[in-house]
Amino acid sequence: MIAWLNDHWDLVFSLSGQHLYLALVPVVIGFVLAVPLGWLATRSGALRATIFYVFGFIYSIPSLALLVVLPVLLGTQILDPINLMAALTIYTVALLVRSVVDALSSVPWEVRTAATAMGFRPLRRFFSVELPMSIPVLVAGLRVAAVSSISLVSVGALLGVGGLGNLFNDGFHRNFIGEIVIGVVASLILALVTDAVLVLIGRLSTPWTRVG
Amino acid sequence: MWPALVTWLTTSAHWQGANGVPVRILEHLQYTGLSMLFALAIGLPVGALVGHTGRGGVLVVGVANGLRALPSLGLLTIVVLGLGLGLAPPIAALTVLAVPPLLAGTYAGIRAVDPAVVDAARGMGMREWEILLKVEVPNAMPLIFGGIRSATLQVVATATIAADVALGGLGRYVIDGLAQLDYAQMLAGALLVAVLAIVVDLVLVGVQRLVVSPGLAESGVSRRRATSRRTRNAAVSVTRGN
Repeated sequence: MIAWLNDHWDLVFSLSGQHLYLALVPVVIGFVLAVPLGWLATRSGALRATIFYVFGFIYSIPSLALLVVLPVLLGTQILDPINLMAALTIYTVALLVRSVVDALSSVPWEVRTAATAMGFRPLRRFFSVELPMSIPVLVAGLRVAAVSSISLVSVGALLGVGGLGNLFNDGFHRNFIGEIVIGVVASLILALVTDAVLVLIGRLSTPWTRVG
Repeated sequence: MWPALVTWLTTSAHWQGANGVPVRILEHLQYTGLSMLFALAIGLPVGALVGHTGRGGVLVVGVANGLRALPSLGLLTIVVLGLGLGLAPPIAALTVLAVPPLLAGTYAGIRAVDPAVVDAARGMGMREWEILLKVEVPNAMPLIFGGIRSATLQVVATATIAADVALGGLGRYVIDGLAQLDYAQMLAGALLVAVLAIVVDLVLVGVQRLVVSPGLAESGVSRRRATSRRTRNAAVSVTRGN
């Protein structure tokens, strides 16, 4: 296993890079889409119920199934990485909409009212008061989304685009367990590092939470 | 593409024999049921004990999150190479997949029970195991069931990978369709898995209605609001992996 690793550092690194790219670009796009959706959901009860219902349903579609259906809907090739990234984006949005609603609802009512009294218009109040205040809860949601996304990328290996998941298929067909173990460990490391980075970003972007 | 799918689904040969849809659905449900049994046997007691004693909570949330980061496909292929082909590898991989949401749901559910209720039970002279089984578990049922539904959903969806290691189930159509470039077959397999996942979830919703005390369902909104803050980190873990 170690011998194989020594010969294949380049491969493991390039697959890890590909893996991170495939997993995290959808998380970023999904986040950008989830914030306005979550904001909409906090506006009215009916809207919130509809959004939760629709994304709850989407979330119940198995990943492999979604990967197969998306090319038909998008008109892309079955082996195109876009399918995987689109699927992960959809899951991220489904997961994060709930977090965004939770996060925005966690902003104390007094704070919102005080900001209004200070003359903040709704849009500016949202970006400079409500969004920053909800970072701790948002980060909690982002951590789950990012870790899930990283572990989901491997499923793409069944369709030829799966970052480190390719090592699983390759190792399986060559009957070489070491290669798979390295793929799993590398995938775990990516998840842990990403998780730690998100925690760090969360802490750095909310200095006021640590002021006595 | 859709006409080809309809043709595939309406061809009677696809609904008969060992590779027919009914047999594949039964295989799929068999993998799901077995894995869920093992996962329940692990996740429920551990989650309930940790939730009741309050000890090891950080460890449980950590383990649950760590397991979530494990790619099921990698785990499955490792077990196959270790144990050989057969039923054990996919069951093992799917059990590992199902444990985190069960563990997190049970733990979060027990922790979220109003401490005043537990105190009252203790004041009435209940023993610790009585408090756990008669007070905490029934009160935690909505969140426990959330964990069960989320775990089952993931297992039904992920049981497709059993076909990658020469077993049956609905994944057979996806994997074979891919190998044969038979797109209609892949699409039919994917559609059947999605429908099965939704049907199984609906059945669980029905069971949940029967099992969860009506008193909990009525005050659901206010309970959730009151407990959301404390259980947020744990509750956030009740989500999907693969």
